[in-house]
Amino acid sequence: MSAQTQPLGAASWWARLRSGAGSSQLGIYVVFVLVVLVSYVVVTAAGGTFNWRNMAVRSVALGIVSVGQTLVILAGSLDLSVAYLVSVSAVLTSFIMDGQAANMPLAIGVVLLVGAVVGAVNGLLITKLRVHPFITTLGTGLVMRGLLSSRFSAQTGQVAPEFSQVLGYGLVGPVPVSVIVFALVAAAAIWMLRSTQFGSHLYAVGGSQEIARLSGVRSDRTLVITHVLCSLTAVLTGLYIAARLRAGAPWVGPDGGYDLESIAAVVLGGTALSGGRGGVGGTVAGVLILAVLDYVFNQLQVDGFLKMVLRGVIIIAAVATYTARSKRASE
Amino acid sequence: MSSTVSPKPAAREPRAPAQPGGVARLLRRLGRGAPIFLVLIVLLVWIGLLNPNFFQPGVLLAFLRRAAPIMILAAGQLFVIVSGGFDLSVGSLITVIVVVAAAVIEGDPAKTWPVMALLFAIGGLVGLVNGLITTRLKVPSFITTLGMLLILRGAVFYWTGGAPTGALTEEFRLFGRAGIEGVPGIGEIPYAVIVLLVVGTAFTWLLHRSTFGQQLFAAGGGPRAAELSGVDVPRVRTLAFLLSALSAVIAGILVGGLAGVSAQVGQGYEFTAISAVVLGGAVLGGGKGQMVPVIFAALTLEALFTLLNLLGLPQPMREAVQGLIIIGAVVYSSYRARRQV
Repeated sequence: MSAQTQPLGAASWWARLRSGAGSSQLGIYVVFVLVVLVSYVVVTAAGGTFNWRNMAVRSVALGIVSVGQTLVILAGSLDLSVAYLVSVSAVLTSFIMDGQAANMPLAIGVVLLVGAVVGAVNGLLITKLRVHPFITTLGTGLVMRGLLSSRFSAQTGQVAPEFSQVLGYGLVGPVPVSVIVFALVAAAAIWMLRSTQFGSHLYAVGGSQEIARLSGVRSDRTLVITHVLCSLTAVLTGLYIAARLRAGAPWVGPDGGYDLESIAAVVLGGTALSGGRGGVGGTVAGVLILAVLDYVFNQLQVDGFLKMVLRGVIIIAAVATYTARSKRASE
Repeated sequence: MSSTVSPKPAAREPRAPAQPGGVARLLRRLGRGAPIFLVLIVLLVWIGLLNPNFFQPGVLLAFLRRAAPIMILAAGQLFVIVSGGFDLSVGSLITVIVVVAAAVIEGDPAKTWPVMALLFAIGGLVGLVNGLITTRLKVPSFITTLGMLLILRGAVFYWTGGAPTGALTEEFRLFGRAGIEGVPGIGEIPYAVIVLLVVGTAFTWLLHRSTFGQQLFAAGGGPRAAELSGVDVPRVRTLAFLLSALSAVIAGILVGGLAGVSAQVGQGYEFTAISAVVLGGAVLGGGKGQMVPVIFAALTLEALFTLLNLLGLPQPMREAVQGLIIIGAVVYSSYRARRQV
């Protein structure tokens, strides 16, 4: 079903926009605008300020890794190892950089390489040994957590001041550098999905691996590359967190809940967990909605634990309204 | 289990020259049914070599008592996975059970039984809500139970102000830590092991012998076909979530007795339970799975933790090895399963 809605050839983005995936993504943007409007009224009525830059910055860490998570979910897989990969790259970055700007290329190079290897291992285990992605990435996540905390137990090293000033706190005009990075990652992924052959292959593999394979798509290779890309986005998130905190610590990934929350953001954005339908645009809206709500709760000084409860309710409610809409549309 | 059955035919047919011995055949039969039994035997033998006391009844039963919560939890999770879903909320439900019990009992023995009833009511409500949201509102169970995980974790800490308060009574902790004493030849039979036997038998019967079980397999294998043949798919799937939540309540009561009250007490249980279900040969996505191998897969994981502990690996390395072995065991089981076909 989903393989038919996503043509294998060079489908125009307009056709895709009009197809099921496109319209559901428009829906999530409508929800986003409503959330922003209501939040704006509530926050200003409570005497708070509406700080756009703060909200955008809040969305970056989860946003970048969620773009990668979107790709693997579209391909019919998923990645629970991203949280620990975020930790690994944040810790390695600050450990290798050790406060020296001269070490920056080495540190960034090493963590990108580590990310690529982790992604390749995930992809190969899933495709060659046919282990379910849930178990594969749960296992590789445990391995990373174990290796990381056997060597590092606290904040380790520190990033170069220049690195932190640019990626963590830098501005281009009024726009934070980190937000630009997030936007570029999202734009690159959207372009890749819409305009490249790899993008159509990815949708095809997620729709049905068997059909994709029969129509000449090398589904194993597509899936491995997708996992590498997802791991690289987790590394980018790790780099950003290290820049923001000025040092990496083993708990930054799991504390941020990047594994499950990125999956929630993807589904919130209208991408089907079963693969083949959806896109990065919806995920960006999903992440922004979570960031806006987070900001509003902070402005209203909602208790941290109550915030967690509300977040759970909102994730379920949002997905429920979305599925109710698409159910009506299909009937 | 089948050791009493297996050697008999070999003795009756002594003429067949290539007939493998009883033990080898037993191993092969177990391996064919579910490769996890082979892994379990290897681990237990290894543990026995490191700790010769391990096979004394008392030590073995203490090991079973430690394993009982995760075995029960995996058994409950299997219902949800056979129905085609996930239940990620069980770990934080265990935390809720332990923390709520301590906060409400406040060490007062008279409150033990009413609190037990309250815990089962909470669990029942959580399972019902998980099931109804998943089936009636058509939210993917991954998202439903993830949301429930956040809600339960946040709510319990919001309510207790960030740190668990109160204390469990001895009566409450009995189930997790005590047992029937003075049994000849064995010593103490832990209550947890009895609970495990009762729940394990009941769940096995429910999944493999009852109409509900048949309908659950049908609903997980092909919801449309099941519906057309008259199965009330939403009702059956909701019941699966209910059973999973109730198994978390039982596991939580045992864990509370064993480990005491802490805010992290249930952490990670959901992933261990799902790993056990997959190791036991069930298929994520629904329609396939067997109760007995899954329960023994959970025991295998506990044996693995025990072994890594005995080998003296530091906690972080244990996690890393655990990750590798879970992947390795799944690769092995799926390889065996594919060779059969």
